[in-house]
Amino acid sequence: MSFLQLDQLTKRYGDQVAVDRLTLSVQQGEFVSLLGPSGCGKTTTLQMVAGFVAPSAGAIALAGRDLIAVKPSRRGLGVVFQSYALFPHMTAAQNVAFGLEMQGVGRAERDKRVADALALVGLAGLADRHPRRLSGGQQQRVALARALVIRPHMLLLDEPLSNLDAKLREEMQIELRAIQRTVGTTTILVTHDQAEAMALSDRIVIMNQGRVEQIAAPQEAYERPATAFVASFLGKTNELAGSAAGEGGDAIVSIGPARWICPRAPSGPILAAVRPEKIAFAAPAADRLDGVVRTRIFQGNHWLYRVATSAGEVFVIRQNAGDAMPAEGDTVALVWRAEDMTVRSA
Amino acid sequence: MREATQETRATRRLAPAAVPWLLSLPALLLFAAVLVIPLIMTILLSFHDWSQYGGIKPVLILKNWREIWSDPYYAEMFLRTFRIAALVTLVTALVGAPEAYILNRMRPPWRGLFVLVLLGPLLISVVARTLGWALLFGGRTGVVNAALINLHLIASPIPFMFTETGIVVALVHVLMPFMVLAVWTALQRLDPQIENAAASLGAGHLTILRRVILPQVVPGMLSGGIIVFALAASAFATPAIIGGRRLKVAATLAYDEFLNTLNWPLGAAVAVLLLVVLVAIVVTANRLTERRYAEVLG
Repeated sequence: MSFLQLDQLTKRYGDQVAVDRLTLSVQQGEFVSLLGPSGCGKTTTLQMVAGFVAPSAGAIALAGRDLIAVKPSRRGLGVVFQSYALFPHMTAAQNVAFGLEMQGVGRAERDKRVADALALVGLAGLADRHPRRLSGGQQQRVALARALVIRPHMLLLDEPLSNLDAKLREEMQIELRAIQRTVGTTTILVTHDQAEAMALSDRIVIMNQGRVEQIAAPQEAYERPATAFVASFLGKTNELAGSAAGEGGDAIVSIGPARWICPRAPSGPILAAVRPEKIAFAAPAADRLDGVVRTRIFQGNHWLYRVATSAGEVFVIRQNAGDAMPAEGDTVALVWRAEDMTVRSA
Repeated sequence: MREATQETRATRRLAPAAVPWLLSLPALLLFAAVLVIPLIMTILLSFHDWSQYGGIKPVLILKNWREIWSDPYYAEMFLRTFRIAALVTLVTALVGAPEAYILNRMRPPWRGLFVLVLLGPLLISVVARTLGWALLFGGRTGVVNAALINLHLIASPIPFMFTETGIVVALVHVLMPFMVLAVWTALQRLDPQIENAAASLGAGHLTILRRVILPQVVPGMLSGGIIVFALAASAFATPAIIGGRRLKVAATLAYDEFLNTLNWPLGAAVAVLLLVVLVAIVVTANRLTERRYAEVLG
């Protein structure tokens, strides 16, 4: 029995379908991300769960109880907004205390829980500051404390880290994950940042144009993308044209002069998707796909290569292990294993 | 190359500090000619002597100021002026703040229409607007009074002309836009998600308005209030038409001294006193507002 159940959830604005028949079940304590480009319906989905937007069709159930009939103020969900939406006329402590006041929690217990929540997010010393006098990261923590202190059934995070700079964002990701593990609150995160979704989530819901493309654990979605959209949206990927011929259970996939034996490959012209980091350089040979290095870019811990081959342009990422690397203009052969390749009909 | 050097030298010859002053000189001259000099002349005029047959004598005495200070007639006049201004400010705040909130939540076609309705009084001449009020409520023949009497809802007409209520109503009508626009500006600075944030924490509509929205628009109400108060206290045309000679305020009093009694020095003293009190009130209110809300709203 799932904790949160979205069933055929749909939102239409006039003729436009913002969210199209989304079905999702979230287990208690799970951390699920809604990931997709802007306008894919992920924020609308979150707002329907929070109750700020009324669904056009479909059902939302929380612990078996219909949620759509419940007012937002009675849903008991903690929400962290992209802009944080802190109350600027209240101090950090007053912001955090607001939800407890609404619940009618007594003064003594309220003070204690506010102090605990601020300590949890590492802001114990800044309780009396107004939001204007806090940095972006600190405001973010206040918003998180304010959402967590009411002991919500669920935590809804709407792009909570997108206003922070890259370094702070990484720190907050680690901290957010640690806090969520400590508190154990079921969490839905909306983000357009695939690295953030993969770093934080138990499962990712990849959305595009209002539809779910794939629901899977981060590693599975990355290694086994269900659709071409997922393959191109999650990380970089190369699409190479080739052909396949069936031979018993397996098929022989040919790209240029190179051959692989793949199970479950369709016959005829195919497109093979290969991640750039799965491709290795080798010495050119008659049965290998070769190409000329057009550009190479040094990125600290790795090199990014662009290689022109007969099957098209291929991106290659190689770890900076300190070895000598091919230079621009060199001819190299590209090799990868059959299991690193996803093949579909062209 | 040489030209550039010469240019640099020419610029350097003018001390850098003088440049801004020179550039703003035309504006400063205009400011002095149309504001500072007449103001100084009015202040000087308020110390001159005047008699029925001798006219104005250019001496510096305190006669007019002593008269204003000692005669309770003037105290009553100023008290009425600021009572009216305070009432107008209060009513515009109580009506204008909710009005701005509703306006802010309206959708585009309606919002534009209602902004026009709101700004309407400012677009109509003060005489036409005030006489309109007089036609509605003035005496037994005013449209509203006549209707209410004919319906036997009231026995005698609601007094409007020559009453403070009448002046307050007419001033509220025309000064409302200043309050609404000030509050609206404050509302537009609110985080669009702030109401959702409060709702998700369990707050109902009224609690959100009282605990979250209102505290954030109070600075807007205060700055709107300062404008409304200053304009109401110094208003001339509306009190002149509705209050007439029977119910004078400071501005109409000064006008009467200048143009009817021809006692220019006394009129000048009344005008200067009004200005001084008004500036003092506005500056104090502004400073209090800024000190109170600087920390919170930046």
